[in-house]
Amino acid sequence: MSEITAEQVAHLANLARIDLSSAEIDRLTVELGQIVDSVARVAEVATPDVPATSHPMPLTNVFRDDVVVPSLTVDQALSGAPDRAGDKFRVPAILDEE
Amino acid sequence: MAKAELMDYDKALELFEPVLGFEVHVELNTKTKMFCGCANEFGSGANTNTCPTCLGLPGGLPQVNRQAIESSIRLGLALGCEIAETSRFARKNYFYPDTAKNFQTSQYDEPIAFNGQLTIELESGRQVTVDIERAHMEDDAGKLTHMGGAAGRIQGADYSLVDYNRGGVPLVEIVTQMIEGGEADSPEIGKTYVAAIREIVKALGVSNARMEEGNVRCDANVSLRPRGSNILGTRTETKNVNSLRSVERAVRYEIQRQAALLHAGGTITQETRHWHEDTGTTSAGRPKSDADDYRYFPEPDLVPVAPSRAWVEELRATLPEPPAARRKRLQAAWGFVNLEFQDVVNSDLLDVLEATIAAGAPAQSARKWWTGEIARLANAAGVSAESLVTPAQVAALIELITDGTLTDRLARQVLEGVIAGEGTPSEVVASRGLAVVSDDGPLIAAIDEALAGQPDVLAKIRDGKVQAAGAVIGAVMKAMRGQADAARVRELVLERAGSAAAEPAPSESAE
Repeated sequence: MSEITAEQVAHLANLARIDLSSAEIDRLTVELGQIVDSVARVAEVATPDVPATSHPMPLTNVFRDDVVVPSLTVDQALSGAPDRAGDKFRVPAILDEE
Repeated sequence: MAKAELMDYDKALELFEPVLGFEVHVELNTKTKMFCGCANEFGSGANTNTCPTCLGLPGGLPQVNRQAIESSIRLGLALGCEIAETSRFARKNYFYPDTAKNFQTSQYDEPIAFNGQLTIELESGRQVTVDIERAHMEDDAGKLTHMGGAAGRIQGADYSLVDYNRGGVPLVEIVTQMIEGGEADSPEIGKTYVAAIREIVKALGVSNARMEEGNVRCDANVSLRPRGSNILGTRTETKNVNSLRSVERAVRYEIQRQAALLHAGGTITQETRHWHEDTGTTSAGRPKSDADDYRYFPEPDLVPVAPSRAWVEELRATLPEPPAARRKRLQAAWGFVNLEFQDVVNSDLLDVLEATIAAGAPAQSARKWWTGEIARLANAAGVSAESLVTPAQVAALIELITDGTLTDRLARQVLEGVIAGEGTPSEVVASRGLAVVSDDGPLIAAIDEALAGQPDVLAKIRDGKVQAAGAVIGAVMKAMRGQADAARVRELVLERAGSAAAEPAPSESAE
């Protein structure tokens, strides 16, 4: 069985800025535990010569040339912002974070 | 903010051994950002260089800038690193308004370059080899301006403004291994290491390397280990130390602060600290997140970077001479003593000096002009020396002194004319009529007049008191408005005075 605890789920929820009720935390603790267990079973059959897969397609080195293309206008860039001051995004005081 | 207790530096080192680590962020000078075609430029209007990709809007799709990869590989190679056969980007998740994406696109377990080494030399001549753990690619964050509260500080701000022009600009983060054994040199090691990185990226041409514009930024990790213990102390990470002098001061400050705290029975909190340039102190920032809290995972929108060995070797062939080796070579070639050479290096004049000497100027003259008069004028104008004149112009000016057309004093006036845009040194000489008077006629007339006006001096010279000639030489130089060669004037004064010194064979006095 996995060792996912309610505290870990609450911590993760906080990191992801998701407001979970205690009932939701309890449910997700069980569900996440099942997911972790399932992944662990895959790990059992994957031998060391099977590299971890991050991308399903065998593509590498997809690059673009270093050429400037037009950007958005300032108004377009700011159009989705909840608040602005002049040409800048305005955000609430953030001292809690720093 | 309460002022922290500091322990005397020598006492701190008696009790504790400092252990260092540095993370240096280098902003690459590509034309566009790391993952989109927005311009990478400093000083544009706020939020004029943004697009859905760097703003993290739905539908944005990152595409890797080939030039940024090449610059990163070259930088890795210049740091003696191995280049990964496969390298991946990863998302580093965090919520902070300096990124609109809510993650930084970085690299986690598969950096582009790793296992490097950089040997630096301290002023004492001590060599320190810094092991480089990794150099990885990532994108820069936007720029926050904190408004209200205490003068732009985070603490007490009412709100913040964000400009995302810098968001997405390519960075290479260079991470060292732990540096032990630095002892009392630890602050200087920090400064010298960052200076060496700056010099390398400049020589490679991969960054503008201007610390004042944030092109090179340093986070300094410091911890203290009690003497006789082998257990590492808790470290602090002082962020964004943005001048060489600040790196030195910040390391020293943290050693003194942590020593006082530990000695008083306190504990160090693992945290990021902010460096305050004005007060020369650090203050507590946020507690450092564990890597787990960033929930790194492979960036699904970007495929791996797998540089072929042929490509890596092709890039290796483009590396310039390592700056440290180049300095050694140039100092030997120019025959400068350490102090003279350091002066040139510290004034950032190595390149222009090399070009001036290549254009034919003797090394010492070139040094004297660049670090002297030109640096003085540049300081006064608040600009860089190389923005005033070109190496070719300086070489031409020195040539005019060497061939006797100009004295140093006249040359300074010519230099002013060149800086004012009046043309080449020769053109300024012609237009301002500044050449040395090489015809003896006017000189002799001025000398005879000066001697006639100072009969006492004349008598002294005739008595063999040659140093008395100085007063006459001064008067003549003044009369000639400096446009005379003082050595020639001296010769002529002695000749006209008819003193014994002027004539090789002793003869009767003219009287």
